[in-house]
Amino acid sequence: MHKMLWALFNRDMTLFMQRKQDVVTVLGFFLIAVALFPLGISSDPDLLRTIAPGAIWIAALFSTVLALDRLFSEDLDDGTLEQQMLMPVPISLMLLVRLVAHWVITSLPIVLLAPLMGLQFGLAFNEIAILTLSLLIGTPILVLLGAIGAALTVGLKSSGGLVTLLLLPLYVPVLILGTSAVSSTMNGVDVTAHFSLLGAALIVSLVLSPFAVATALKITLD
Amino acid sequence: MSGIRRIPWMKYASASNFYPLANLLVPIFMSLALVLAAIGLHLGFFVAPIDYQQGNSYRIMFIHVPAAWMSMFIYLLLAMYAVISLVWRVKMADIMAYSLAPTGAMFTFIALLTGALWGRPTWGTYWIWDARLTSELLLLFLYLGYMGLYSAIPDRQRASRAASFLAIVGAVNVPIIYFSVIWWNTLHQGSSFSVSSGASMTDAMLYSLLLMVFACWAYTIAVVLRRAQAIILERKKVALWASQISKK
Repeated sequence: MHKMLWALFNRDMTLFMQRKQDVVTVLGFFLIAVALFPLGISSDPDLLRTIAPGAIWIAALFSTVLALDRLFSEDLDDGTLEQQMLMPVPISLMLLVRLVAHWVITSLPIVLLAPLMGLQFGLAFNEIAILTLSLLIGTPILVLLGAIGAALTVGLKSSGGLVTLLLLPLYVPVLILGTSAVSSTMNGVDVTAHFSLLGAALIVSLVLSPFAVATALKITLD
Repeated sequence: MSGIRRIPWMKYASASNFYPLANLLVPIFMSLALVLAAIGLHLGFFVAPIDYQQGNSYRIMFIHVPAAWMSMFIYLLLAMYAVISLVWRVKMADIMAYSLAPTGAMFTFIALLTGALWGRPTWGTYWIWDARLTSELLLLFLYLGYMGLYSAIPDRQRASRAASFLAIVGAVNVPIIYFSVIWWNTLHQGSSFSVSSGASMTDAMLYSLLLMVFACWAYTIAVVLRRAQAIILERKKVALWASQISKK
């Protein structure tokens, strides 16, 4: 079973890598969305520092939703998804592998670029470290939760706007935890609690979300 | 067990049995809602004394509080029907869940609107990012998401199951969202207002509030049953009994 899962991981990684255009689009979206905040609000350094955590987190959140569009759609179109559901591997494990690959391709670059964005907004180095760490723990949760929405809407016409509406309320707790970790660091408040809660959320969603996504996909393919 | 089984719980899960029952209940609950609301509003607007701090503006509470309660109860009820529809595949449960959603969204909107109108004279602003207001707003998005997903999927079977599943995921998340919003609110401490008023209520206020709550329940039952009837007729066009009703 390990071999099969590893083969699945390799397949997903290869396919995601082949669609470089998608990855570039998501990253480009993230960069331009962050860059629009100073243009739309003000170039005042103090103000920018205040809005930095929220701006970067919200841009990361929308980039995640944007990337989710491609999570299942192509495999659904050519019938691969239905075949994969019949494999002698638990569907939830198969999906977990897919989600890990998806996170590595679409979210990890965002996490790695976040320090640069932090510099643009004039954050200090420890604040940048907290920002990056919060994104590193937070974006997998966004992908895991988002996959439920993607599974429910895959194959629908104009599902983009709908999936945003479905997911954003569910993303609120993650957004609050992530941004307040950074702003608490700015105010010199201890952020152990933030990271404990973020970590707990990651563990719970790692355990529960693959089953929820599997249920949602079964509903879709029924 | 056999004693329990004799209660015909499932009888009205059949559309052909549900329809005449709803026909019977809708006028009763609708008139009940009108009478209760008339008395409740009269008590609230004319009998209840003026509040020495808030003046007359507190009277909007008689609409706001029942609406806010209903918005939350209805979401819970919707999620319960969603569970029944997903697990036991009871079609009537799905119709009930779908019929509840617009009314729930309406009450959420009324709660937000009246809250804003009350906030203006009381707090000096229409909107503050208070924990309750923010989570009520997110509840509105949950309702809209449910209805949006339901209507976006052309296949009815899939639409019903997908939307039910979403409602359940949403219901699991509601407490998490609520507590995270409270936490966010205490972290920022942007406002020193407290939404909960510790003021004690006179009898007239209490009765008016209770009457309005019952009026909202009766209204919800009547409207939801009527909407369910309309959905049944739409879906069971081919069934003889339904086509006979439609022709009348």
